[in-house]
Amino acid sequence: MTRQTKVMPSLGEAIRQSGLRDGMTISFHHHLREGDRVLNSVLAECSVLGLKDLTVNASALMGCHRSILDFVRDGTVTGIECNFMHAQIGQAISRGALEREVVFRSHGGRPAAMDRGESRIDVAFIAASAADATGNCNGKQGNAAFGSIGYAMPDAEHAQYVVVVTDQLFEYPLIGASISEESVDAVVVIDSIGDPLRIMSGTTRVTRDPIGLLIAEQAAKAIGASGLLRDGFTFQTGAGGTSLAVAQYLGEIMREQGIVGRFASGGITGLLVNLLREGLFETLLDVQCFDREAVLSIGEDARHGEISATRYASPAAKSSVVDHLDVVILGATEIDTDFNVNVHTDSNGVIMGGSGGHSDTAAGAKLSIIVAPIMRARMPLIVDRVGTISTPGEDIDLLVTQYGLACNPRRSELASRLERAGLPVVPIHDLKAKAESITGVPTRSTHKGRPIARVISRDGMLLDTIAMIED
Amino acid sequence: MNSKQMKRARAGTLESGDVLVTIEPADALEIKLYSPVINQFGDAIMRSVREVVESFGVTSGTISLEDQGALDCTIRARLATAIRRSFEEEEGVDA
Repeated sequence: MTRQTKVMPSLGEAIRQSGLRDGMTISFHHHLREGDRVLNSVLAECSVLGLKDLTVNASALMGCHRSILDFVRDGTVTGIECNFMHAQIGQAISRGALEREVVFRSHGGRPAAMDRGESRIDVAFIAASAADATGNCNGKQGNAAFGSIGYAMPDAEHAQYVVVVTDQLFEYPLIGASISEESVDAVVVIDSIGDPLRIMSGTTRVTRDPIGLLIAEQAAKAIGASGLLRDGFTFQTGAGGTSLAVAQYLGEIMREQGIVGRFASGGITGLLVNLLREGLFETLLDVQCFDREAVLSIGEDARHGEISATRYASPAAKSSVVDHLDVVILGATEIDTDFNVNVHTDSNGVIMGGSGGHSDTAAGAKLSIIVAPIMRARMPLIVDRVGTISTPGEDIDLLVTQYGLACNPRRSELASRLERAGLPVVPIHDLKAKAESITGVPTRSTHKGRPIARVISRDGMLLDTIAMIED
Repeated sequence: MNSKQMKRARAGTLESGDVLVTIEPADALEIKLYSPVINQFGDAIMRSVREVVESFGVTSGTISLEDQGALDCTIRARLATAIRRSFEEEEGVDA
């Protein structure tokens, strides 16, 4: 029998062949981060084709995706679902750019919603730096290699129609494919899927701020005192400057004490690659590469494994990596005295981020640590009630600041361990009062506009709503 | 002190945690505040500004504060310096 080729002459033809119609949902992944060109190119084609009322379900919307606002204005896009939204888009959404409410999920909640049938993807557009003519593809090979393609794996599995978008076509069969031909309907070759040099954006370097370093050192000591740091230790840290510094200090402690960790997971940076090479961790479980060192490593080191978003963090999976975590280091824009954490909105209530894997890892890890200074410029970190609940306080165990460590009262045994190690454990209310003695007590606006976004917990429940800002 | 003797003067920077204060001679007193924390600290900042302005007996001039989340002590110090510079005989530093 003869088979029709999956290779389409253009993005427009692939969209036509996919049967995409008004009102449907299209999906994207963000491994190319600030260098991605696929999302913008697809939306531009959809607009040219006159498609209306589409919902964009993206693992994250970065600053480079701000042209989505043009397609909101022309009616091409009327729905947005994502796990993270850059402030450049968030500012417009917070001022009511979109009629329908944005749906925020977490990196584990997004695939879980697909698994449970709550989230339907009609057409998935998967950027791949290497693909063959049948759609076997990955992000590890090719000129625009970006590493792990983990967030796109559930899309390939669940979408009604899957389009692989690449700028480098390889001979069949592509060996080492991360997404297999069995789930791919079409392949499109475009000039450029994006600029891999822009994967590493602002947040992914070790801090040089002395306060950040002090906090990181205290956090590493707290891990050392927690009883969890032993051979077989498992660890995740975010890509924020202070979180990365924790990994650096932790590496020093592990080196001194001869401890070898089993794995480090999540978004992977060169810093973790170095800990792997040094033998301080046996493996890396990588859902997203944050820099070039990580991209190179995942392509050549068998101990550096790629994982899907489902395996990473989905509560609907039969088990997932986050459930095996001992310690996770996380950031916060705000934390309240019940330990609820906000990473969605700024102090004025404007969208500037999202959970990513925050709530997933906090729920899974035995010890979830927030590292943050008690104030940023004049804004205190600790508030009576966070503007948006991104991660519920019951999943947060410890806050580490430059003025001391605050333990969730649910974890009194942890507080005793830290105190015995000579660490300055203080009530969270004291840290709040300390900050306010320096900044003054902020007044809070009680005026709320119409809801413009919903934050969905990883289990699919409504966690919070975000209100429109009226200037 | 009256506005005839005042001249344009500045103090501060646009770094995070600082405030840039600019004073321009004018017939009436006007205070302009731009701040990322205006919702949380706008009233507190204006109270401090009025206190400092009154303590120097300034009754005229346009005083603009481009705040970057400065603490109260910083705002008071930068404003006091800007006012002193605006009354200096020689060409004001940073003017």
